[in-house]
Amino acid sequence: MSEMIQTESLRFAYPVNEGEKPVYALRGVDVAIEKGSFVVVLGHNGSGKSTLAKTFNAVLLPAGGKVYVEGMDTLDESLLLDIRQRVGMVFQNPDNQIVANVVEEDVAFAPENLGVPTEEIRRRVDAALEAVGMEEFVTHAPHLLSGGQKQRIAIAGVIAMEPACVVLDEATAMLDPTGRREVLSAVHRLNREKGITVVLITHHMNEAEDADRVIVMDDGRVAMDGTPGEIFSQVARLRHLGLTVPDTVDLLDRLRRNGWDVPLDALGVEDCADAIARALGKS
Amino acid sequence: MESILQVKNLTHTYGIGTPFQRSAVEDVSFDVQPGEFLGIIGHTGSGKSTLIQHLNGLLRPTSGQVLLDGRDIWEAPKKIRDIRFQVGLVFQYPEYQLFEETVYKDIAFGPMNQGRTGDELDHAIREAARLAGVRDEHLEKSPFELSGGQKRRVALAGVLAMEPKVLVLDEPTAGLDPAGRENLMANIRDYHRNKGATVILVSHSMDEIARNADRILVLKSAHVLMSGPPAEVFARSEELLSAGLDVPQVTRVAMALRARGVNVDSAVYTAEALERELLALKRGGAPC
Repeated sequence: MSEMIQTESLRFAYPVNEGEKPVYALRGVDVAIEKGSFVVVLGHNGSGKSTLAKTFNAVLLPAGGKVYVEGMDTLDESLLLDIRQRVGMVFQNPDNQIVANVVEEDVAFAPENLGVPTEEIRRRVDAALEAVGMEEFVTHAPHLLSGGQKQRIAIAGVIAMEPACVVLDEATAMLDPTGRREVLSAVHRLNREKGITVVLITHHMNEAEDADRVIVMDDGRVAMDGTPGEIFSQVARLRHLGLTVPDTVDLLDRLRRNGWDVPLDALGVEDCADAIARALGKS
Repeated sequence: MESILQVKNLTHTYGIGTPFQRSAVEDVSFDVQPGEFLGIIGHTGSGKSTLIQHLNGLLRPTSGQVLLDGRDIWEAPKKIRDIRFQVGLVFQYPEYQLFEETVYKDIAFGPMNQGRTGDELDHAIREAARLAGVRDEHLEKSPFELSGGQKRRVALAGVLAMEPKVLVLDEPTAGLDPAGRENLMANIRDYHRNKGATVILVSHSMDEIARNADRILVLKSAHVLMSGPPAEVFARSEELLSAGLDVPQVTRVAMALRARGVNVDSAVYTAEALERELLALKRGGAPC
């Protein structure tokens, strides 16, 4: 079994007032997230990307179709605890995710609830805080930290559960560039070194540059699915879906329209500069 | 021209006399000209939010002064409310502050407190709604039925309805999708242009600041690190990067190109401008 998460004809509608027609936020989604992969989900507001993410650990249950987490059906209530232990979720607003008065207690919350032995909790809390670069703040009060720091504590809290998969639902949206970089490098490290599957829901196109795979949602369906290079080189289609392309791709696209021979999939700053330098005969 | 807003040697210290004593803003001075679009940037904890809460008197300086039209805003502490009508502050995530039954009533709260009534009030509400991009059919809805982006527009309209001459926005586009960000910034630019209002924009996004501001104030650890027009600030990209700040992606491409011997201006910050330079280079002409 190599799929971490698999959905089959997944449909979901939020509750509406009596007599109103349900509006489907997801209208038939089939995706398979491979174990150990780093997948970014993009889409404009209302495209269904956050709804999709919330079905991945049974925060929301399918109204039609299925979601399987390591083969476990999320509709099977007896598997709920197992599923949530396998897939940890980090949300957008850190203020809604802090539960304790001291950082280390907050991070220990999940493993304590899972009945992990005390020494092991200590080890996990320290490791989790180190992974997000917050080890200095072990005994601080979370409410006195900045938004970015709080978010890293929330991520540490999930990591301390040692899940097989972490889903980040716009978890970087409230962070500054430094905070965002730190969080991203922390999740990339978890993915690389511990083989944790990462599903990152974001508005920030450049966070998708280093992903294994990018899924673009639109109107409750999967609109595009491929490697970052494949996705971002489709400039017109992305714009049509209400998304922007990274500035590097925008620049390359402009140069191509002027007849330059540069690739559209040089997403990174260095790759982009290499491509332009080559086109100018300076490499 | 006389400055509309002057910040003089402003220091704000939190938790005086406790173990948490810390100056969030220290000896900061700057002037804002009427009609200027000023961008303030700095990473988390640099003091941005503390600083702007002084501009309309929500916080009182530990030392130093804030002058509006040449007068200390704390000259008459009982009249501080008048300052808040003149300097409108839109907080981060303002949609959490909506409270009325309908969008119309929520927008009305500010101008009603200014003492406006009848047609004048109605006009102020509808004009603010239009400027903030709130659709007419939403005015009679509950604000809580709207989407996050729509709620944020209602909150912005609530401040615009007071017709502040200085509009201060703390991360107005945070959490919106790219199309939503661009639409909201267009509304803010329109307000700035059409009303001749002074706008102070706090943002994490260098790209957003670069595209909109006439001048940028960079804060670092409670101090002003640099201040100047975008081209001047981005010419010091290395310094910005070492201060833990971002520079626009295009500027980073320009820096990488220079490192490869391509002679482009490293202070460039839009794709259009870099495209122009590269096309000129390829033609063999000097970059403009």
